[in-house]
Amino acid sequence: MSETAQVLAEGRIEVKNTTCYMCACRCGIRVHLRDGEVRYIQGNPDHPLNKGVICAKGSSGIMKQYSPARLTKPLKRKEGALRGDAQFEEISWDEAFATLEERLGNIRATDPKKFALFTGRDQMQALTGLFAKNFGTPNYAAHGGFCSVNMAAGMIYTIGGSFWEFGGPDLERAKLFVMIGTAEDHHSNPLKIELSRFKRNGGRFISINPVRTGYSAIADEWIPIKPGTDGALLLAITHEIIKTGLYDRDFLLQYSNSAELVNLDENSTEYGMFVRAEVPEEEGCFDPQNKLWWDRNSNKAVVCRTQGADPRLLGEFQLQDGTPVKPAFQLLKERVEQYTPEWAANITGIPAATIRRLAHEMGITARDEKIELPIAWTDVWDNEHQSVTGNPVAFHAMRGLAAHSNGFQAIRALSILMSILGTIDRPGGFRHKAPFPRPIPPCPKTPTGPEDVQPNSPLNGMPLGWPADPDDLFVDDKGEPVRIDKGFSWEHPLSVHGLMHNAITNAWRQDPYAIDTLFIFMANMAWNSSMNTDEVRRMLNDKDENGEYKIPFLVVADAFQSEMVAYADLVLPDTTYLERHDVMSMLDRPISEYDGPVDSVRIPVVAPTGECKPFQEVLLELGSRLKLPVFTREDGSRKYRDYPDFVTNFETAPGSGIGFLAGWRGKSGEKGMKGEPNPDQWKMYEKNNCVYHYHLPKSYQYMRNWNQGYLQWAQEHSLTRYDEPINIHIYSEVLQKFRLAAQGKSQGKQPPDRLRKRVETYFDPLPFYFETLEGQVSDKHKYPLNAVTQRPMAMYHSWDSQNAWLRQIHTYNFLYVHPSTARSAGIEEEGWMWVESMHGKVRCLCRYSEAVEPGTVWTWNAVGKASGAWNLDGSANESKQGFLLNHVISEELPASESGEHISNSDPVTGQAGWYDVRVRIYPASADEEKVTFPQYDTMPAVPGTPKRRPWQNYFAGLFQKNN
Amino acid sequence: MTQLALVIDLNVCVGCHACVTSCKQWNTSGQAGPLFDDNPFTKDPTGTFFNRVQTYEIGEFPNTETLHFPKSCLHCEDAPCVPVCPTGASHKRSEDGIVLVDYDKCIGCKYCSWACPYGMREFDEHQKVMKKCTLCVDRIYDESLPERDRKPACVLACPTSARLFGDVHDPDSEVSVAIRESGGYQLMPEWGTKPANHYLPRRKTKMRIHEDELVRVDNPLKKEDIRHETSKNVSLDDWLM
Amino acid sequence: MHPTFAVIFLTTLIGVGQGLFLALFTEQSYSAAKLLPTQESSFYVTGSFIALAFLIGGLIAAIGHLGKPIYMITRAWRGVTQWRTSWLSRELILMPVVMFLVFLYGLVHLLGLDADLFGSSELNGQLTLIIGTVSTAAVFALFIATAMIYASIKFLQEWACALTVANYLLLGSASGFTLASAYAAFTAPELVTFYAGWAMIITFAGFITRSGSLIRNARIKYKSTLQTAIGVRHTKVQQKAMGMMGGSFNTREFFHGKTAAFLKSIKWIFLVLVFPIPLLLLWAGMDGSKALLVLAFATQYVGLLFERWFFFAQANHPQNLYYQTV
Repeated sequence: MSETAQVLAEGRIEVKNTTCYMCACRCGIRVHLRDGEVRYIQGNPDHPLNKGVICAKGSSGIMKQYSPARLTKPLKRKEGALRGDAQFEEISWDEAFATLEERLGNIRATDPKKFALFTGRDQMQALTGLFAKNFGTPNYAAHGGFCSVNMAAGMIYTIGGSFWEFGGPDLERAKLFVMIGTAEDHHSNPLKIELSRFKRNGGRFISINPVRTGYSAIADEWIPIKPGTDGALLLAITHEIIKTGLYDRDFLLQYSNSAELVNLDENSTEYGMFVRAEVPEEEGCFDPQNKLWWDRNSNKAVVCRTQGADPRLLGEFQLQDGTPVKPAFQLLKERVEQYTPEWAANITGIPAATIRRLAHEMGITARDEKIELPIAWTDVWDNEHQSVTGNPVAFHAMRGLAAHSNGFQAIRALSILMSILGTIDRPGGFRHKAPFPRPIPPCPKTPTGPEDVQPNSPLNGMPLGWPADPDDLFVDDKGEPVRIDKGFSWEHPLSVHGLMHNAITNAWRQDPYAIDTLFIFMANMAWNSSMNTDEVRRMLNDKDENGEYKIPFLVVADAFQSEMVAYADLVLPDTTYLERHDVMSMLDRPISEYDGPVDSVRIPVVAPTGECKPFQEVLLELGSRLKLPVFTREDGSRKYRDYPDFVTNFETAPGSGIGFLAGWRGKSGEKGMKGEPNPDQWKMYEKNNCVYHYHLPKSYQYMRNWNQGYLQWAQEHSLTRYDEPINIHIYSEVLQKFRLAAQGKSQGKQPPDRLRKRVETYFDPLPFYFETLEGQVSDKHKYPLNAVTQRPMAMYHSWDSQNAWLRQIHTYNFLYVHPSTARSAGIEEEGWMWVESMHGKVRCLCRYSEAVEPGTVWTWNAVGKASGAWNLDGSANESKQGFLLNHVISEELPASESGEHISNSDPVTGQAGWYDVRVRIYPASADEEKVTFPQYDTMPAVPGTPKRRPWQNYFAGLFQKNN
Repeated sequence: MTQLALVIDLNVCVGCHACVTSCKQWNTSGQAGPLFDDNPFTKDPTGTFFNRVQTYEIGEFPNTETLHFPKSCLHCEDAPCVPVCPTGASHKRSEDGIVLVDYDKCIGCKYCSWACPYGMREFDEHQKVMKKCTLCVDRIYDESLPERDRKPACVLACPTSARLFGDVHDPDSEVSVAIRESGGYQLMPEWGTKPANHYLPRRKTKMRIHEDELVRVDNPLKKEDIRHETSKNVSLDDWLM
Repeated sequence: MHPTFAVIFLTTLIGVGQGLFLALFTEQSYSAAKLLPTQESSFYVTGSFIALAFLIGGLIAAIGHLGKPIYMITRAWRGVTQWRTSWLSRELILMPVVMFLVFLYGLVHLLGLDADLFGSSELNGQLTLIIGTVSTAAVFALFIATAMIYASIKFLQEWACALTVANYLLLGSASGFTLASAYAAFTAPELVTFYAGWAMIITFAGFITRSGSLIRNARIKYKSTLQTAIGVRHTKVQQKAMGMMGGSFNTREFFHGKTAAFLKSIKWIFLVLVFPIPLLLLWAGMDGSKALLVLAFATQYVGLLFERWFFFAQANHPQNLYYQTV
């Protein structure tokens, strides 16, 4: 009997449930083990998220588990070696912890902000944020700022929810689905499941994207658009819908601030603010119903929601005191009057007739295909409704729309379009997922000044929050930033996810101040997660005149030998997802469904490799050693044995009943959402597919912004603080408050003068279109093309080039160019070419494509690697033929009146403007080397990484035995 | 007689490659395995896969279609790879029509791969035998698996359920109905191989807008009293007797 | 297709062996008919053993075509089981049969065994004539089986043609007869003209059929197109991704990996080496010049290696439609 046959016949099979982490989608998986080695990773059919399916990445988890790129030992940079050389020596965890304890202890006792913790797509922000807050540093953020914060902020500041974890398209009931921009790597399996069902049910799928790949491939219609012009398109569609009367008037009246009267007295300090009937008694993060309507019947202003009133949406009126007012919707109508389809056609490249047709398709489908479900519900104003109705037009967008410096206003425009079509939290439209909808904006706030950062004290506020007005900004008395990434400052007031992409540059420049220790978890800042990668690598290795590193101490925690690891002074080996406990917590970004809150866990299925330690355990150990309040008993002893113990017993406040996990709370697991800690909580998750799904009653599943039952339930279960209605902000008073400050019209915090014009311009309470910031300062004759990236579905960011199976699918990347564009530049199919922006250039391979708008070039994101990184051989195609577009993208804009070093980001949110870059292309000359540029010295394998096999035959139960 | 097969719905395939690697992971540790990978971490990585997803562009901008095309053994009813095999290693099972290779009989001459017009076989350079899609024959009859799991790994994995599995000889099976009702077709019909696997073509949903749908009495703009004063005008009423 | 040297040597070597045997037996038949002087048995013995050596050489080359050499012992015997359907199986059966018969033919000559089977005492070597006749049939069958391995794959349109069989038969025979000319120059000079003459005739015939197949193949209209391969009716279909980027069995086995210009030069090399040069050398060597005749054979054999390489390389497998971006 052959060895394999014997193992097949006699191997010991076990099946364990856990949660995938090959991307951020978080599907339930069943891991089959044979003799302790992973044999098969199956989608869990009983999991609400993926319902048994699994993607290419999830199916390749085995190759991640046994990857030669795994870090398995704590490492210290060798004495005398430079950062970037990847010369390390193994150290013990004891030494690693002792080093950190001493260093961080000193920082905390003197100036906590000198410690900066930035994390990647880590799915544990509840814990990392808690650590940072308890440490007392303001310098904490995850990757959201360079991911899709515009999507979160733009929609949450408008409708109280957003796509992905926060909400999504209801494709089960939609008739028309419009997807804008690249969105393949978010919520991917659920969206694929739904997309397929939607198409099979005869739904119409329109994709608006400069490139036709991924999901766009199966669209019924592809509408190519020029990158960064989505706002123009959405506003023109809105123009046409309003002009033809295809909007849902009743929905706008009842559920948005459309009918509320805006003060238009230019001399008033209240200019542009809603007129209020009285000063509210309680100041809270909710929207008091104290504004005015113009009542048609009495032809005068009445307090909104006055019984019997019939408000006007359009018109201009005068209050009794002579104040000129207009309903917000009138202002919107006036705003979009200029945005005709013909105007947008020139900007977007989409014919005006197509834009009109799009508007008509949306409007007519919304109006004429109305859904009515026999579900009775009661709104917050005590009106009883016999049914739930919906307009079946659904949208989806993610980074394609978000990663532009005009993305916030474009996404505001999308949210408003979705709202005027009457599709918010209604069947067939957009649906929220718990804990959303949240107030506009949500309640958490950051500290507001330097005094909130004190030695040996927790931060006075949340590290990340939702500013509602200028006084919520985290700035000093000159209006300058307190955070190292300048988040929540006047440069990017609503940077609700921080600006991780500027942390290194700012720390290097010591602007606004110098830090001591930069702690990076699971973020590849020396490669694909940084803009201007080449310079950032130089900054990480740059020393001052005394020969000290400008960023004195650099700690990297990661499971793999990424490009970033090479720059670390201290490397902490993390586990893989199959080796640890994790929670997809309601306090972070849970995996809720439309029908109710869902959270889930990971439970280890194999033992940690080598000396790998889950990052949570690292934080707990460090937190205990530093005696951070949350991790320490009053007597100073360690409070939690380990992370699972922490998850079981931690409560947001003593006795709050709210912990990291919502399921099986209460002494014996009898309570859901809220309840005292249950010592057997993990076991109950384990028994239940590692997932907890709370099904809301049908009557709570729709119209949740205004659903009395839901809001009361949410308040009782501590999802929200108030059970007040969350009206849609067609007109954003929050933005107007910042504008008034910039105009010097309001009391309170004022921007520095250099930023006044910038804030005034971009904090427009109504959506407007402007060319991207980089576009505005680019020479478009010299750089005629847009360059963007798309996300391959079989690879997650930079993670998977180490994966022996996935890298066979995407081994290197081409720049995709329309044949006419390439030919006119003299570039041959498969030829070597240069792509150059005003910031830098890369040499790469060209591939012709008919599926790209001729003014755009694109490539797959993060397939290219630095030589030797991820423990690939120096000859690997990823480094020789693969390339990174990041080299031509800058993290800062050219100097302007707003400042010398303003981030290349959305001026409202600080969202990295990845897709704003303008480039030109030209052929590489024949005598040039046939490799991509830039090239870097090959990174050696660091100590402890597993052997790289010249070839392999994976057979579970034999693989490591035959090593 | 039973003929098991896959029906691949190109109308919903988004090209995610889930079928590619789920196949690999199941089969490398299964009866058909191991499936080798050469140069897994150096230049030009390559390995044995039973299933691939390719991408094609159809037409010219802006009327371009991007087609993702999964490709695995078609289990032809008249499989040309079977009669050419000198040793009988390559065979088609009479009970369910699955085309298999018996690794213990294969001499590695590769002749069967030449005789397959579709290029659906993969030679294992280390075990030196020909390998191919088995329709997960070690799953679909395994009674230790729950009923719903007795399907090929690619079918279970596919997020868009673009892969249907069943008996194409049973007119009432899901696959037969799909072939019949959604225009299922075979690849390279010109060679008479009668592939059991079928593909379902792209289907488009279009919307036709009638002009009268744009002009409606319930236009909400009318509620805003945006209309011209008309009552004072002289009309036919003033003249007609 | 990607030409493999195992198959190139296999087919060319057994071609020489089979051709040489045919040459020997043709001579014996002429001589039996009194058209040529009778030869010493050593002529046939040595000749058939040389033929056998070529056949064995082919067999050794064939081992190289198996996954592992050990399969020749452990598994190749199974090759006899599928003779009903597989031309490869038939070849596998016929190869040892031919080798055995050629060996037997040489052995019977060596032992001088004979019997009067036709009742004609004037006819010497009746036993060898019978064995030779059977062998000849087997040799022809083997030529056909070898050629049909290729010609029977209907979608390999360059191969799926009677000319393929004619080429294998004629080119193998030509190389055998050319070798026989050289052999005769050493052992039976009086036969040089006979053999060289036949070698020239067969070479010329081979030239006609091989050129015929080249002309035919240049005009092939492929039945399969990218459109039928993926089932999409559109005049413009382009592949953008093959599903892997580091190569696969599909990109290694079915592509020669050489440029069209390279292919063209190989074509001209074999056209020159297989036909005109051997013809000239054979003609010039009719006076019995050993060197010229040995050179004629060597040139033709080397030419046939090129010819066989080209034969494989030129065949365009329809699976390549799925691998357009190699």
